[in-house]
Amino acid sequence: MALDREDVKNIALLARLELSDTEIGQYQTDLSSILELVEQMNAVNTDDVQPMAHPTDAVQRLRADVVTETNQREKYMACAPAQENGLFLVPKVID
Amino acid sequence: MHNLTLTQISQGLAAGDFTSVEITQHFLDRINKFDKEDGGINSFITVTDELALRDAKAADERRAAGNATAWTGVPFAHKDIFCTDGTLTTCGSKMLGNFIPPYDATVVDNFKKQGAVCLGKTNMDEFAMGSSNETSYFGGVKNPWDKDRIPGGSSGGSAAAVAARLVPAATATDTGGSIRQPAAMCGLTGLKPTYGRCSRFGMIAFASSLDQAGPMTRNAEDAAMMLNVMSSFDEKDSTSIDQEVPDYTATLNDDIKGKVIGLPKEYFPENLDPEMAATVRTAISEFEKMGCTIKEISLPNTHLSIPAYYVVAPAECSANLSRMDGVRFGYRCEDPSDLMDLYCRSRGEGFGQEVKRRVMIGTYALSTGFYDAYYLKAQKIRRLIKDDFMAAFKDVDFIMGPTAPTPAFKVGEKTDDPVAMYLEDAFTIATNLAGLPGMSIPAGKVNNLPVGLQIIGNYWQESGMLNIAHQFQQVTDHHQQAPQGIK
Repeated sequence: MALDREDVKNIALLARLELSDTEIGQYQTDLSSILELVEQMNAVNTDDVQPMAHPTDAVQRLRADVVTETNQREKYMACAPAQENGLFLVPKVID
Repeated sequence: MHNLTLTQISQGLAAGDFTSVEITQHFLDRINKFDKEDGGINSFITVTDELALRDAKAADERRAAGNATAWTGVPFAHKDIFCTDGTLTTCGSKMLGNFIPPYDATVVDNFKKQGAVCLGKTNMDEFAMGSSNETSYFGGVKNPWDKDRIPGGSSGGSAAAVAARLVPAATATDTGGSIRQPAAMCGLTGLKPTYGRCSRFGMIAFASSLDQAGPMTRNAEDAAMMLNVMSSFDEKDSTSIDQEVPDYTATLNDDIKGKVIGLPKEYFPENLDPEMAATVRTAISEFEKMGCTIKEISLPNTHLSIPAYYVVAPAECSANLSRMDGVRFGYRCEDPSDLMDLYCRSRGEGFGQEVKRRVMIGTYALSTGFYDAYYLKAQKIRRLIKDDFMAAFKDVDFIMGPTAPTPAFKVGEKTDDPVAMYLEDAFTIATNLAGLPGMSIPAGKVNNLPVGLQIIGNYWQESGMLNIAHQFQQVTDHHQQAPQGIK
């Protein structure tokens, strides 16, 4: 499937990626050729095939709903690019 | 001292031939000499000298107190995809260029408990997306066999560091061939275990249903020693499987007579370089000499593995990488005008080209109206690929073929054509899609460059694969060869 510039801009917006004009052109070519590769899957009829959810058919393990982690808020907050009083700082969202 | 294998170092420490501080210092000196200088290999992103020497001293004290294990005081390195509490963990990305994790990955913790000595964090393709190590934000890694060539990827730093004898072993991860392909290109032994064998907790996720950690070593005996400590059931990884961890070193010398080896015709296609095919077939004939039976087989859906992989891996990566948003950790752009600008510019500036390419493919494949045509279709193809393997394993014990279609290629040779780069993983991807264990061992040379023999086993057959690889290494010397100038 060949993508046009608008498709690429739309995908970039969904993916929250700012792209330069040059990048848009480059990705238009790259993504189109990757999709062409991927579409080789369509040559096979898979109507009666069960999708594989897990290689060894393992199911999700459950655990008791109890607190297992200790509170390390300050340690975790130290990774943030901007923070104040234990809160993440971002540009103003609501006027 | 650097020519000692991991196993020999463990034995040397136990015998008191040298201390952990001595051997740690020796390897640190080599890293300083061969890795960081101009024209160096660049296999490390971070070298943790002080921490390593402190841990080595503690290991020597532990040994003196009589509490040493096989791993106490043994130096090694972690791929920079494993979170290390208090030590920079970049995943090869500008996005995590300042990320100091507040916790250890379970694999990291497993080594710490044994008193092993980590020398640093190895270079890698950005977020493990690449087959040449050229997508690292911290620069490419040179192949010690030929510095104009790539070491393979994404675990190219781990492979180059072990091949250059800068560390005796390193951890690595494999989503589509990222342990086996660099192992092949650097003349090493690399093993991707069964999906669920090693914990993924704290191993920065690329494609969660494919990612698996494993060892990068010089021989199968060392890989067994690594896998003993890397494997564990982990409550903190919901896909970890509660399966007993055998002592992988205990069965290395089992008799392999009578084992049946399948050669899929799809792994020896007509366009495969004849010298590559001949080298791999010669290696396989060694098993015949040891009493194994060779059988031609077919894995008819092999040609669908790359198309399915380039849906599953990008789709899962686009979801996994959505956490990198410039808010809670990692890179943030300068002066964002609003929240949307903060997200888009932090991600646009923080991610490299290949990562953005895959995030976009994945975003597209998962977007409204396309899920069935792409992700669901790919999951169905995975079933077909797995069924091929299951049918084959009714008749054979192991499957063998080349690890990669070519030896290490030149730096820059495939960077302009993403699809050409993706075809590098033609023989390794199917095992990830099926969740099977795969391994690469040195098979000989093509154009004076090492090439790998791939061994694929059934689920949980890592012991058998290490056994058969070790027996091969008892009668061949490919794994003992070192790059020129490394001695």
